[in-house]
Amino acid sequence: MNATVRVSVVALFCLAAAACAKKQEVKPQVAPEAPTTTTAPTTEGAFTPADLQSNACLRTRVIYFDFDKSDIQSQFDNIVACHAKYLRDRPMARMTIEGNTDERGTREYNLGLGERRGNALASALEAAGASADQIKVVSYGEERAVCREHNESCWHQNRRDNIVYTTE
Amino acid sequence: MRMPKMLFALIFALLAASFATQAGAQGLTVQIVNGVPSAIPISVVPFGQQGSGPASPVDIAQIVSMDLNRCGKFRTLPTSEVVESPTTGSQIKFATWQQLKQDYIVVGRTSYDGGALKADFELWDVNKQQQLLGLSITGQGSDLRRVAHQIADQIYQKIIGVRGAFDTRVAYVTMVGLGDNAQYALVVADSDGYNPQTVVRSHEALLSPAWSPNGQELAYVSFESGNSAIYIQNIATGSRRVVSARAGINGAPRFAPDGRRLAVSLSFQGNPEIYAMDLATGALTRLTHNLAIDTEPRWTPDGASVVFTSDRSGKPQLYQIPASGGTPQRITFQGQYNANASISYDGKKIAMVQGNGNVYRIAVMDRSLGGQETFVSPGNLDDAPSWAPNASMLLYAANEGPRGVLYAVSADGRVRQRLVLGDGDVREPAWGPYRNP
Repeated sequence: MNATVRVSVVALFCLAAAACAKKQEVKPQVAPEAPTTTTAPTTEGAFTPADLQSNACLRTRVIYFDFDKSDIQSQFDNIVACHAKYLRDRPMARMTIEGNTDERGTREYNLGLGERRGNALASALEAAGASADQIKVVSYGEERAVCREHNESCWHQNRRDNIVYTTE
Repeated sequence: MRMPKMLFALIFALLAASFATQAGAQGLTVQIVNGVPSAIPISVVPFGQQGSGPASPVDIAQIVSMDLNRCGKFRTLPTSEVVESPTTGSQIKFATWQQLKQDYIVVGRTSYDGGALKADFELWDVNKQQQLLGLSITGQGSDLRRVAHQIADQIYQKIIGVRGAFDTRVAYVTMVGLGDNAQYALVVADSDGYNPQTVVRSHEALLSPAWSPNGQELAYVSFESGNSAIYIQNIATGSRRVVSARAGINGAPRFAPDGRRLAVSLSFQGNPEIYAMDLATGALTRLTHNLAIDTEPRWTPDGASVVFTSDRSGKPQLYQIPASGGTPQRITFQGQYNANASISYDGKKIAMVQGNGNVYRIAVMDRSLGGQETFVSPGNLDDAPSWAPNASMLLYAANEGPRGVLYAVSADGRVRQRLVLGDGDVREPAWGPYRNP
């Protein structure tokens, strides 16, 4: 009993430490970019709604997660960056992030896990300069599977955040 | 591009049609997966007809037999081996039934006047040649099968000593179609799957049906508004109200045993926490305070505490907390993943989904036996255990290929019965409370 409590306390501490460490890591990465984007829209150009259809990065509206994980993998950093820039460039734009899970585990727990994934992307976008009131998170848990076979390749496709622009 | 779309629409229409006929005509089909040789041998002799009215439209003896078989405690004599057909106690030749190694025999008669069905039945101890029950049960209109379930309940109680739970109802969710064509329904049926009635339909997901203690209402989660919201609906009248449609998750409703409070999991304060809602005022009492996912609250039978799922230790495990709030105690220590508890009426047994690797099975933890655990389902993706009100059986959801099916399993896991609904996907079973005859 004592050992278990100790282990959970240590686990919690590690989790908390990891979360803090990650936040601190993310901010300095973004900070140097922020000034360039505020001064550079003329050089690089601000996004317009047309870019949502034509820009390869902005057209990507899905990011995927590892099993039971909600951290944003580095391979999706560019997706986070371009959507954050879009939200910065278009303060009137609004986005819903739909968090999803695979079928393993219980439906209600997966609602929580889907929300955690949605929040992870929302936090990353906000850390990259998007405003919190531009982003809404909805969790569908395992209810909106895009693939219904019981194997890892299918599960991988279902563990995702979908980005939906409600106002472009 | 156009052809496949039309094809898909056609397939969907066919699926929907087959779903509708299945649901209307026969309800859930029944299949015993394995039997128990040690179960009590009992013969339910086909009932005779009393009077000159029409024959009973339902086969009472067959329904009683099915009920007794699927609970795992009885083994009925197959009809082909029933060599004599007594319909009253005085007609029973006990030597015959002793030779067939039967412990009990049930005989009876029905009379039917087109509306009401009356069944007189007797339960006899074969070895003592003694009458244990002699009762008359009447049913009306569309509820004729209830007469048989009530007879099975009387027999169960007399022999086992615990109230029977055959004359009860179950709720579950069905889904047909995929993506934008998905059609969900919350259905209420008899405990054997017959007489399915759709309570609500939706194009968005429905989940977590929960019965009110009086059996008149269901609380459930619907995504019809675009986000999860909790509704309470009267089954008979269809009237319903939203009880929580806050930002974030509105999930996992469960009525308290007194029916006045609803335990829920809400994330409007940042992450999913357990709350107790006063149903008269809507006031919320927050029970948990943790950054983890806290969900699936279940009241203990005394209403004094709540068992819930939390991943505060890393993976989901079950915890118990006083219903007024306090410090949660972890109660599960076996298995990597424990969630979605169902607590038996006496509080002794907690059924849960237990995951190890990619295998999720229903485990039953007996708290009166020091937390000893047994698996009652084979996996691999089993979910949503729900006790019968007498804890003789459990319902749970399983996957078979691409579709979801429900199983009823005896509390010891030895008798399983599959309940399949046509081509639809069936999930989220919830066993209702006792009904008043």
